[in-house]
Amino acid sequence: MADFAQTLMTALAIGSLYALIALGYTMVYGILKFINFAHSDIVVLGAWVSYTLANKILPMLGLNPHNPETAPPLWVGALILLSAMVACGLLGFAIERLAYKPLRRAPRLNVLITAIGVSLLLQNIGQLNYVFGASPQKMPALMPNIDLLRLSLPSGDGYRDVVIGLVDVMIFATSAVLMLVLEYLVFRTKLGTAMRAVSFSTDNASLMGIPVDRVVSFTFVLGSSLAAAAGFLYVMKYPGLNQPAHSIWVLLGLKAFVAAVIGGIGNVRGAVLGGFVIAFVEQFGAFYISSNYRDVYVFALLIIILLVRPTGLLGSPVREKV
Amino acid sequence: MAHSAPETPAKVTMQSAETRRSHDSIWRGLLPLALGMVLALALQFVLPAIVGQYNSRIVMDIGIAMIMAVSLNIVNGMTGQFSIGHAGFMTLGGYTAAMLTYYGSLYMWGAPPAHGHFLGAGEWMMAGACIVGGLVAAGAGYVVGLPSLRLRGDYLAIVTLGFGEILRVVLQQTSKVIEDPAALKAAKWSQLFPPPVGGAIGFADVPKYTNLFWVYTFVTITVVVAYRLKNSSLGRAMISIREDEIASQAMGVNIARNKVLAFVLAAFFAGTAGGLFAHESGVIISPKDAGFQRSFDYVIMTVLGGRGSITGVMLAASILTALPEMLRDFEQYRLIMYALLLIIMMLVRPQGLFGIHEIWQLWPGKGTRTVQKKA
Repeated sequence: MADFAQTLMTALAIGSLYALIALGYTMVYGILKFINFAHSDIVVLGAWVSYTLANKILPMLGLNPHNPETAPPLWVGALILLSAMVACGLLGFAIERLAYKPLRRAPRLNVLITAIGVSLLLQNIGQLNYVFGASPQKMPALMPNIDLLRLSLPSGDGYRDVVIGLVDVMIFATSAVLMLVLEYLVFRTKLGTAMRAVSFSTDNASLMGIPVDRVVSFTFVLGSSLAAAAGFLYVMKYPGLNQPAHSIWVLLGLKAFVAAVIGGIGNVRGAVLGGFVIAFVEQFGAFYISSNYRDVYVFALLIIILLVRPTGLLGSPVREKV
Repeated sequence: MAHSAPETPAKVTMQSAETRRSHDSIWRGLLPLALGMVLALALQFVLPAIVGQYNSRIVMDIGIAMIMAVSLNIVNGMTGQFSIGHAGFMTLGGYTAAMLTYYGSLYMWGAPPAHGHFLGAGEWMMAGACIVGGLVAAGAGYVVGLPSLRLRGDYLAIVTLGFGEILRVVLQQTSKVIEDPAALKAAKWSQLFPPPVGGAIGFADVPKYTNLFWVYTFVTITVVVAYRLKNSSLGRAMISIREDEIASQAMGVNIARNKVLAFVLAAFFAGTAGGLFAHESGVIISPKDAGFQRSFDYVIMTVLGGRGSITGVMLAASILTALPEMLRDFEQYRLIMYALLLIIMMLVRPQGLFGIHEIWQLWPGKGTRTVQKKA
């Protein structure tokens, strides 16, 4: 019971991170029909920008960033989160304009290779000594390490404490707010209608007077800022900040992408669902079966779901015409 | 009825032409094979003396990359499927071959280090093990190819990617290598699960048999098979699937069989390449070789070379293998330059180096027998 509750908490927090990242993948895929492999590097960048900002701002407030006991007021965290989102949004805009836009009419495989190129470029620029460097860092604590709730639940033959920490709740709450904002943007505003129109048919949308290029740029800004938020929240949960080209980041992005596919790629609500499904399978599999195979559960689930429902859980089947 | 009379002699001539063609095609396959092996022999004895050990090693790496890229091109370039798990087949074949030679040597000769001289018993064992590795990889190719009947495009890509990642994790959980011949003789078959291939740190101490001769012999086999395939009716059927799946089905092409066949063939060659890779000196084959990063390298080679162009892909494999070595002086910046070159290349030449053509078809007037380019 206690173990179950604790695993559930972790799965909810991790799931919301996967969902945030998956949203970026799914929006870009919905509109441009290609897998944006550089998306996971935006997450990394979001994390590293947050780290850099935290190390600049905390000393200004007279706090020592290396002391985990002194947490700054919450608005500092919010400020850092917003700045990271803006910075990564701008970067997403620049990447789309410079690398992807000239390839709008090229075969999709080429765009894919370009995305891999952009990903490699971001990783290796990030590794440079005067950018972020190639050594792991420790993220300063931006939230006090408080336990909001401590429950004693039966576990085996005794009782065990289940802790619901502030960090977990903040991750879940922030992601939920961001997802609700996105939901409103996509389904309730004119811009969102334009986005859905472009993803339905680019040609028809442009015939109807929708500025396709602007919509695509906006999608990238939106996806990249969500990725930055995910990066920020990820280092809140796991403060050990790995170097920008570390394989752990790639795997994080890959799992988020799997989440997008499982939910039905191109489907915004599907991405959120997929994020949580992946996190639950991964966390519960890791806890109850064996943590060595945690990546296997995710990919095996992916293969099974694709074989049963080739377009994902919420994806609508596409009929192909000659 | 009136037409039936002149039809009969026409049929007879066609049949005899067919027999002649099948004789021809044997020679068309064997002659380049013999030439390639002579060339491989020449490389083995001449190249190290001219360019030195270090550079001949790069040439060896290029050969392995060529096998990988040319075989992946059967799936990605010719059949138009999208596999990004090719390194998985390579690693599976590599581990299989390495297990055979390592434990074979340990069992027969009591020690794993290289046994015998050039073309000696050890090297033949390696060649055989590479082929067995290829067969095991081909079996996996069959399994991975099956979803291609149900999934299209990017979805298939993700399944192949999932295969590579699952293989990587499973290989990490393998047990320690048995080093003692006595322990090997006492070992039970049940110890094969999980196989003793070294776990996460990789399979060290695999005998180092790979040399330029064997690499380029396998390159020749791969290229000849790929080229003969491309110009056969089977290859044309595969190309028709690439161009339009539904139209090709309407023309009577067995889509399912052709797709799976492309996967099986490509996986076989990838498995042999993995065997060569595992036996290369200075290489410790490890689970991370199955990951998607290495698969991407080969996808990039096929796209850069041009869809279905064998010579283009070979050239791309050479350039992309040699380039990081040439940029080694710039250390920190070499991957940045590599990435930039990749992006620029995609922007200025989206169809790849040679497009869908072979190198000798680039000049006008030289028989352009391939299918017309699709818009």
